Amino acid sequence: MKARQWQQLIGFGTLKICVAFVLLALIIIAWDIYSKGHSVITWEFLTAAPRNGMTEGGIYPAIVGTFYVTVLTAIISIPLGMGCAIYLNEYAKDTALTRIIRMAIRNLSGVPSIVYGLFGVVVFVQILAFDTSILSAGMTLGMMTLPWVITSSEEALKTVPQAYRDASLALGATKWQTIWTNVLPYAVPGMLTGTILGLARAAGETAPILFTGAAFFLPFVPKSLSDQFMALPYHLYIMSTQHHAIAKVRPLAYGTALVLIGLVFIINLVAFVIRYQLRKTKLE
Amino acid sequence: MKAIALTDNPPKRLFSTAFKDKCVHAVFFINGMLVVLLLGGIFLLLIQTSIPAFQEVSIVEFLTSTNWNPTSYVKASYGIIPMLVSTFMVTVGALAIAIPIGIGAAAYLSDVASPRVREILKPTIEMLAAVPSVVIGFLGIVFVGPLIAKFFNIYNGLNAINGSVLLAVMALPTIISISEDALSSVPYSYDQASLALGATKWQTVIRVKIPAALSGIIAACMLGMGRAIGETMTVLMATGCAPAMPEGFPFEAFLGSVRTLTSSIAIELGEVAYNTTHYYALFALGLVLFVITFVINLISDIILHNFEKVHR
Repeated sequence: MKARQWQQLIGFGTLKICVAFVLLALIIIAWDIYSKGHSVITWEFLTAAPRNGMTEGGIYPAIVGTFYVTVLTAIISIPLGMGCAIYLNEYAKDTALTRIIRMAIRNLSGVPSIVYGLFGVVVFVQILAFDTSILSAGMTLGMMTLPWVITSSEEALKTVPQAYRDASLALGATKWQTIWTNVLPYAVPGMLTGTILGLARAAGETAPILFTGAAFFLPFVPKSLSDQFMALPYHLYIMSTQHHAIAKVRPLAYGTALVLIGLVFIINLVAFVIRYQLRKTKLE
Repeated sequence: MKAIALTDNPPKRLFSTAFKDKCVHAVFFINGMLVVLLLGGIFLLLIQTSIPAFQEVSIVEFLTSTNWNPTSYVKASYGIIPMLVSTFMVTVGALAIAIPIGIGAAAYLSDVASPRVREILKPTIEMLAAVPSVVIGFLGIVFVGPLIAKFFNIYNGLNAINGSVLLAVMALPTIISISEDALSSVPYSYDQASLALGATKWQTVIRVKIPAALSGIIAACMLGMGRAIGETMTVLMATGCAPAMPEGFPFEAFLGSVRTLTSSIAIELGEVAYNTTHYYALFALGLVLFVITFVINLISDIILHNFEKVHR
C-alpha cells in the first residue's frame, strides 16, 4: 500500500476512535446506572414514600411531583411556543423585527438554566407571590422550555408543502382558516414529537426548580398548585450529595437515577419512532 | 337569482371574517414578541436585582477581589475572580477534551459513515444530550471521581478535572451535531474537485472539507462552550465546590476543588435571606453569567448566519 493509503487508514481509524469515545460515554452512563440500580427497583420503591429519614422506602412523591410539574410546564410552553412558531413560519415576513425574534429565541435556548432559576425566584416566587410552589417551578420550567418548543414546532411547520397553503388561499379561505384546516393538521404530529422531547429535558432539569418549589422531603404528594413538591432530579441531587448518610442511601440514589434516565430514554425512543414513521409516510 | 339574493344580504355577523383574521394575526404577533420580552425581561431583571449589591460593595472590589466570603463574621467580601477562574478552568478543560473528539466524530458522521450507520449513530448521540445533568453529576461522584482519585493517587476525585470530563460529555452532542451540519452543507462539488485532483478521501476531509466548514465548526465549539459555562448541576456535584481561589497552576489547580459561577449561585441562593446584600450579589453573579453566555451565543449565531449565507 502507498503511504497516502496508510495515511487514510490511520486517519479514518482516528475518527472512528472519536465516535467510539462518544458511544463509550453513553454506554458507561447506561451500564453503570442500570447494573447498580436495577436491583433497587421494586413495586414498593415506585409506590411508597421515603421512610426513616429517607434511608428506606421509595420515591413515589418524587415521581408524582415531577409528573405534575411537567404537566404544568407543558400547559405553559406548548400554546405559547406553538403560537410563536406559527407566527414565525406563517405570518412573519423577513423584516428586522423577525430577525430579532429569531435571535432572541436562539439566545434564550443558550441562557443557563440557573439564570432561569433566578428569574423564577424574582418574578414568580416574589413579584407574583406564588411562593415556592409547583406553580412557580412549572412556570420557570415553562419559560425555559419555550425556545425548544418554538424551534421544533417551526421545523414541523416547514415540512408542510407550500401547495397546501396556496390551494386553500386560492379557494378564498382566509389566512387563519388556511392554517387551521390545511397546515396544522399535517404539522401537529411533528410539533408534538419535538415538544415531548423538550418536556423530557425539562423534567430532568434541577437548577431552575432548586429555589422555586422543589422540597427536600415531603411524605405526601402535593394537593394544590401552591404546595411544594419533591422531584426526581432534585431527589437524586439530595440523595447523592446532601443526605446525612450518603453511603447508606447510595443504592436508593442509583435506583432514582435509573428511574430518571429510564423515563428520559423511553420518551426519546418513542419520539424517534414517531419521527421515523412520520418521515416514512411523508416519503410515500 | 337566488344566489345573487344571498350575496346581496349576507347573514349578519358580529365581526367580519377579515376582521377576525386580523385579530388572529395580531394575537400571533404579540405571541411572537413575547420571546423578545422574555429575553429582555431576564436581562433587565438581573440588572435591577444586582444594582442594590453595588451600594455596599464597590464594583471594583466585585470585579477584582480574589476573595469571596459573604458570610464572614469580620468583613464580608465579594470578589468574583475565584469563580471566574474556576469557570474558565473547567470550561477550557472540557473544550480541550470535547473539541478534538467532537470534530472527529462529526467528520466521521458526515464523510466516512455509510448512510445506514449515520442513521443509527445520530439519534444515539442525541440520546447523550437527553441525559439529565444531575445524572451526569451523579456519575461524576460515583464513577469518574474514584477513577480520578485512583489515577492521580489523591484522596478525593471531586475536582476541576472531574468537572471538565463531565462537561466535555455534555458539550459533545452540541459540538458534534452542529459541526456535522456545517460539514454536510459544504457543496459536493468541493469533494468532487478535490478527488478529481487525485487527493484521497482523507486528504479531502482534512484539507478541503474541514477548512471550508471551519466557521461553522468554530460556532459549534462556541455553542458547546456556552453550554459548559452555563451548566450547573454537574459542576455543583462533581467539582468539590470549595470557595477559594484555585492555586498552583496548572496541575495542583486542576486536581483541586473549584467552585464555578453557576455552582456558587446554586449553593448560596438556598441559604440567603431575600433582599440582602448577599442575595443581590448572587444576582450580580447571575448577570455576569448571563452576559458571558449571551455574548458567546451571539457571536456564534453571527458566525453561523454568515456561514449559511455563503453556502446557500
